[in-house]
Amino acid sequence: MADRPIVRIEELHKTYGETEVLKGISVAVQEQEVVVIIGPSGTGKSTMLRCINLLTRPDKGRIWLEEQEITDPHTDVNKIRQRIGMVFQDFNLFNHLTALGNVTIGLTKVLGMKKREAEEKGMWELERVGLIDKAQSYPAQLSGGQKQRVAIARALGMDPHVMLFDEPTSALDPELIGEVLTVMQKLAREGMTMLVVTHEMGFAREVSDRIIFMEHGVIVEDGPPKKLFHDPEHKRTREFLWKITELYGKDEAETA
Amino acid sequence: MFRADSLYQAVLNTQNMEQLQNFGLLVYYLSQGVGVTLGVTVIALSTGMVFGTILGIMRVYGGPVLGGFAATYSMVIRGIPVIVVLFILFFVIAQFINLSPFLAGAIALGIASSAYQSEIFRGAIMAVPPGQMMAARAIGMSRLKAISFVILPQAFRLAIPPWSNEAAIVLKDSSLVYVLGVPEILRRAQYVSARTHEPFIAFAAAALLYFVLTFLTNRGLDVLERRYRLQM
Repeated sequence: MADRPIVRIEELHKTYGETEVLKGISVAVQEQEVVVIIGPSGTGKSTMLRCINLLTRPDKGRIWLEEQEITDPHTDVNKIRQRIGMVFQDFNLFNHLTALGNVTIGLTKVLGMKKREAEEKGMWELERVGLIDKAQSYPAQLSGGQKQRVAIARALGMDPHVMLFDEPTSALDPELIGEVLTVMQKLAREGMTMLVVTHEMGFAREVSDRIIFMEHGVIVEDGPPKKLFHDPEHKRTREFLWKITELYGKDEAETA
Repeated sequence: MFRADSLYQAVLNTQNMEQLQNFGLLVYYLSQGVGVTLGVTVIALSTGMVFGTILGIMRVYGGPVLGGFAATYSMVIRGIPVIVVLFILFFVIAQFINLSPFLAGAIALGIASSAYQSEIFRGAIMAVPPGQMMAARAIGMSRLKAISFVILPQAFRLAIPPWSNEAAIVLKDSSLVYVLGVPEILRRAQYVSARTHEPFIAFAAAALLYFVLTFLTNRGLDVLERRYRLQM
């Protein structure tokens, strides 16, 4: 892994009303790296993710995407977001479009591709997530897992340099989580740079290169999964991991 | 005081009024105004839809200035009887451009309808889940593109049921342009009533025609609603 950060965050601050959600976050994500962000809810994990593609405007701090500082006020946010794929907890598929339409709308309306070319690429992206047979289905006709895979295909269609996943499996029935994680694992193997907020400890352990533990708007600990699972530096990390593995599957913690 | 156009006059003069006591003939005579009624309705609804959509977007995404303007416009127009709006606009428009009573009346009704339609579209836009805008922006769409290609297509589908109601109201309100001398259904009924001294028959025939038109409009829009129902 080359030392070439795709995303670099420096001293990120964000306050909502009276609550300071992010209290100075600094992180760098290298090319092809898979970083999992864990932590109790309400500690700013999603806010941090949303700051990276500027869906949320940070109050202070700077963010670079590759060589470009995107927190510069002159940045064209629409151009930046084309290079950053985002997958949401509740999918947010466009309800009036088919699965294929969901993937192609960005290609035609944002990238200006011809319809036929876009459909070809759209079908290819759907194939990547194993849903080529659902191309003509509307979101209401898909299961939660299928919806999320379409959402991943939609993001991939824009050929992003980095993918952000905001609790991609939290809204899914347990038996549907696997199919989404499998797609994400495949992406990781293909060399996609990924930042994933999740409670799926199995995924964190097997797929991630690094785990970041966040609490109360700061990064408590940042290290390889082996280190965090076996020998965390902070007591709080150990407590949290213990609690969450108890909730989400004990064997995973023991075999880690 | 009514400026009935020459074609209308010609039609009236060639009619044998005694024959109109035959109800069938009466309906036939009135139905010649159906085209005018539908013309006024379609122009009014389209005008109202264009401005109503823009105003609805301004209400939701326009910020304090544009949103405030749209809210005030809607409040003022909706606080005035449609017929008063019609009179004011007819005499205002007539001062600047030489429009036929037909066009002036239709546009005036459209402006009144735009206020009501802006409320419909505002509600429909707000009923589209906020995540849709977020997802559209996340793939690099500008706000305008997100509104055009993601929010509005869904809002229009959600708006069909309340919009059908507005369409029926405008269809019936189109009868108001009779005061400008436009030869639509009611104007013809009134003329027949005056000539035959049979007001009940004349207006009952008009009522029948309005009912059939409203009924067909609603059924047509029901089909549209089923066809484009949005499942979320």
